[in-house]
Amino acid sequence: MGDWRTVTVPLLSSDSKNIFPYTSERKSPASMSSEVLRLSLPSAKSMHSFFSAFCTEENIEQSISYIDRELTTMGFPSIYAESKGKELDLVSMVNCMNELLVLQHKNLRAQEEIEIQHLKLGSDMDHLQNCYTKLKEQLELSKREIVGLQERDRQLQSKNRNLHQLLKNEKDEVQKLQNVISSRATQYNHDMKRKEREYNKLKERLHQLVMNKKDKKLAMEVLNYVGRADGKRGAWRTDKTEARNEEEMYKVLLSDYEQRQKQLLLENTELKKVLQQMKKDIISLLPPQKQKPKERSEDGPVLSDQEEDIGELNKENMWELSCETVREQLTNSIRKQWRMLKNHVEKLDNQVSRGHSGALNEKDVISREDHELETGKLELEIQQCKEMIRTQQQLLQQQLTCDDDTTLLLQDCYLLEERERLQEEWRLFREQKRNFEKERKSFTEAAIRLGLERKAFEEDRGAWLKHQFLSMTADCKSENSTTPSAFLRSADTDLRLARSASQQKRPPSVLSTTASPEPCQISQYITQNSVASEKPAADYLPNLWVGSDGKEETEECTKTWEDSGLDTLCRNLHMEQLP
Amino acid sequence: MNFSELFKLSGLLGRFSPDGKCLASCVQHRLVVRDASTLQILHLYTCTDQIQYIEWSSDSQFILCAMYKRGLVQVWSLEQPDWHCRIDEGSAGLVASCWSPDGRHILNTTEFHLRITVWSLCTKSVSYIKYPKACQQGVAFTKDGRYMAVAERRDCKDFISIFVCRNWQLLRHFDTETQDLFGIEWAPNGCVLAAWDTCLEYKVLLYSLDGRLLSSYRAYEWPLGIKSIAWSPSSQFLAIGSFDEKVRILNHVTWKKITELEHPAVITNKKTIVYKEVEKSPTLGTERLSFPPTRALASSLFSTQSKYDICQVPVSLNYIKPVADKANPKVGIGMLAFSADNCFLATKNDNIPNAVWIWDIRKLKLAVVLEQLYSIQCFQWDPCQPRLAVCTGSSRVYLWSPAGCVVVKVPGEGDFQIVSLSWHSSGDSMLLLSKDHFCVCYLEREEVK
Repeated sequence: MGDWRTVTVPLLSSDSKNIFPYTSERKSPASMSSEVLRLSLPSAKSMHSFFSAFCTEENIEQSISYIDRELTTMGFPSIYAESKGKELDLVSMVNCMNELLVLQHKNLRAQEEIEIQHLKLGSDMDHLQNCYTKLKEQLELSKREIVGLQERDRQLQSKNRNLHQLLKNEKDEVQKLQNVISSRATQYNHDMKRKEREYNKLKERLHQLVMNKKDKKLAMEVLNYVGRADGKRGAWRTDKTEARNEEEMYKVLLSDYEQRQKQLLLENTELKKVLQQMKKDIISLLPPQKQKPKERSEDGPVLSDQEEDIGELNKENMWELSCETVREQLTNSIRKQWRMLKNHVEKLDNQVSRGHSGALNEKDVISREDHELETGKLELEIQQCKEMIRTQQQLLQQQLTCDDDTTLLLQDCYLLEERERLQEEWRLFREQKRNFEKERKSFTEAAIRLGLERKAFEEDRGAWLKHQFLSMTADCKSENSTTPSAFLRSADTDLRLARSASQQKRPPSVLSTTASPEPCQISQYITQNSVASEKPAADYLPNLWVGSDGKEETEECTKTWEDSGLDTLCRNLHMEQLP
Repeated sequence: MNFSELFKLSGLLGRFSPDGKCLASCVQHRLVVRDASTLQILHLYTCTDQIQYIEWSSDSQFILCAMYKRGLVQVWSLEQPDWHCRIDEGSAGLVASCWSPDGRHILNTTEFHLRITVWSLCTKSVSYIKYPKACQQGVAFTKDGRYMAVAERRDCKDFISIFVCRNWQLLRHFDTETQDLFGIEWAPNGCVLAAWDTCLEYKVLLYSLDGRLLSSYRAYEWPLGIKSIAWSPSSQFLAIGSFDEKVRILNHVTWKKITELEHPAVITNKKTIVYKEVEKSPTLGTERLSFPPTRALASSLFSTQSKYDICQVPVSLNYIKPVADKANPKVGIGMLAFSADNCFLATKNDNIPNAVWIWDIRKLKLAVVLEQLYSIQCFQWDPCQPRLAVCTGSSRVYLWSPAGCVVVKVPGEGDFQIVSLSWHSSGDSMLLLSKDHFCVCYLEREEVK
């Protein structure tokens, strides 16, 4: 009893204003009844409380019976001892009272809860309404945008239409012009022909005139006729000479064709030789490749026979047999061999490239750059995942804020689906993270090892310096005594000093073969990270969820975050920020 | 390299005889025949009027002198200096005259292309070929001199007649699918005849000797088309220069285009050597010239005033924007020629008038560009080796060979503006022609590789 009172009292006090109306409402039947009772039973002293007014000396019996009735209707045992008739059963009455009180407290608590829920819902409602208005604005905006775009589209379309019209007009114009040109050309040709006819007539006439005039001038004066260049006399024109002319002409043509054929033949043989040479070369180039097709061809003996035939043909005077079938076979075989060669070359290329990559893989040690590159990549992935989750959440939110009930139901399904997908993604993400963690571990291990080694080195160095110092002092002492060896000694010390300096300059590199500029610093901050990793986890939690509004969603997600080992992730993030 | 003194000349009429022994040149109405090596005057003939055209017969026996204004052709014999022949075309007029390949017939084209008269020096016979087409290259003989192709125009259609030169018999007569045939040219092997259409339409037709159409090629449709055409000496390639500043090369097997050689104003290919002619002070020596005859030059031509510099690519050439509203615009490939060994092709793009482009045919790549100070007047390949002679209307002659290139100034006072040149058939000497003078340039044989 004392427990819940201590709890409830501050609550009541804090929410007394809110609770009061409820309580009054809840108490309304009682108060009503009390009112009734008060009316029916006028009380002398109604000063203390409600209850005092309810029961007086006079109406105690009635009150008790009323209470009994009420209790029995509420399912409590009767407060009257049944056996003794109208006598009060105190025990049961106290029990009833107690139960009533318990009930009262329970009710109060329920009421509180309900109120809190109500508050929550109220704020949710507010939020949703905000969202709703925002979205409405957005909708309005996008609608306006759409209208604007549509307008622009319309304008462009009209422009396009205009241009099309113009193009069409131009085309028509071109067509027209072409027609004009062609008509003019025909007209011109026609006129030309007419003129040429006239001109021909004139020419004819002129010719006649010139010929008929008995032109005395038209003549040839020769001292004496000269012999033909070939010494022969001119022959009469007969059918025979005509036939001979024809014959000669065909002879000329024939000889020309023959010559050309000879040239082609020559070219052909040359090409064939080249082909032959090529074939030989190919064959010699791929002796291992040659085996396979033979094996293959053993399945089809006809093919192998053919190949053998071709081989024989090749050996013999192949270019003598330039008939169709042989040519086909030859080209086929060449083509086949060429394909083989191509495959072979491709294979070689692949091998070369593979060999190249293999050479890269030979270095088992992951260099620091690679490591960093990898972490960078992973971080980028994390970022991307976060982005995606955020957008998904926003989408969910938007879907939730939709006021339509049926769509809400529908969207619930989507939501579930979405959540599932999200979880899937989370799983992937976790996996990645685990890998990352592993890598990080190896990295820190290496760093620790480095630190240890460094320490050992420092110790060594200290010891060595001490030794050096001691020996130097000893040297100094001896130097004073033995001067002849001074030069030698000093040189020696110089050498040593130089060596130590060089060693100092060159820090021990354990992590990577490539010279890292400050491995010591890295190890330092790595250890810092591992120590301080727990604290920033909490700090970074809210940062991760900036902008996520939906309460339920955040709760859900934070749970999953916690499930998936948020702290490690945050540690990673922290580490990412530190360098 | 040695130069002869300058001789008088008129009408750019100076020719080496086909056998390479003589050199004919005209001064007004006089024809001078000299020994090609000593330049001593062998014969001197006097024509009735100023000579407008001369041509050696194929056997170097006769020289034809045409006086178009009078419609007159005079023929002189080298063996019999007192022999002469005079052909008068009378009122029909004369616009062109040439020897038949046998050197015994003269083909005269009358005014308005009414007919071609074939005069025989052996008999009294005169033949006419009617309806010859008035075009740039309307008559073409095969290299062996057996056949002649004549472009004809009858009834508004183009035809080609192929004659046997020996007896002037018509061998084939066929119409061509051309709008307005512009030129015909035999392949050096005498078996394929290329005929091309007017520049309004890009069209090349290839006919066999027996009149079959072997192939036709058309690169594009509307813009101005073919400007010049050249067969390679091996008949393997047909190079077609066109107004779009490109040369297209067809092969002789499929008659399809092998490649397109562009002539951009900016040379960017690192493998192309660009020689740029630069003026220089005469105090600088010529030792740096890379062509083999350098040493001889240095001794004889100390006053050379320009030289070649090798430019670093990219080089932008002097580009003249063609005037669009004039006929026959100065744009496109106006000159092209294969070297005797088929390995090089020299071209000139008319809107980059100062540059000669030399293409390596084996690689089908631009090998060399020569950029001159003045516009190219004429270039010609050495008939024996890959060596190109170029003249630009200055007193310098430019030689290019795969080994390098060189500028040579013709010695002597006065202005000797070389506008044309022609190689001796042996490739040992060159005739350099200006408007009113000529000289012979002897290239030393030992320096010829």
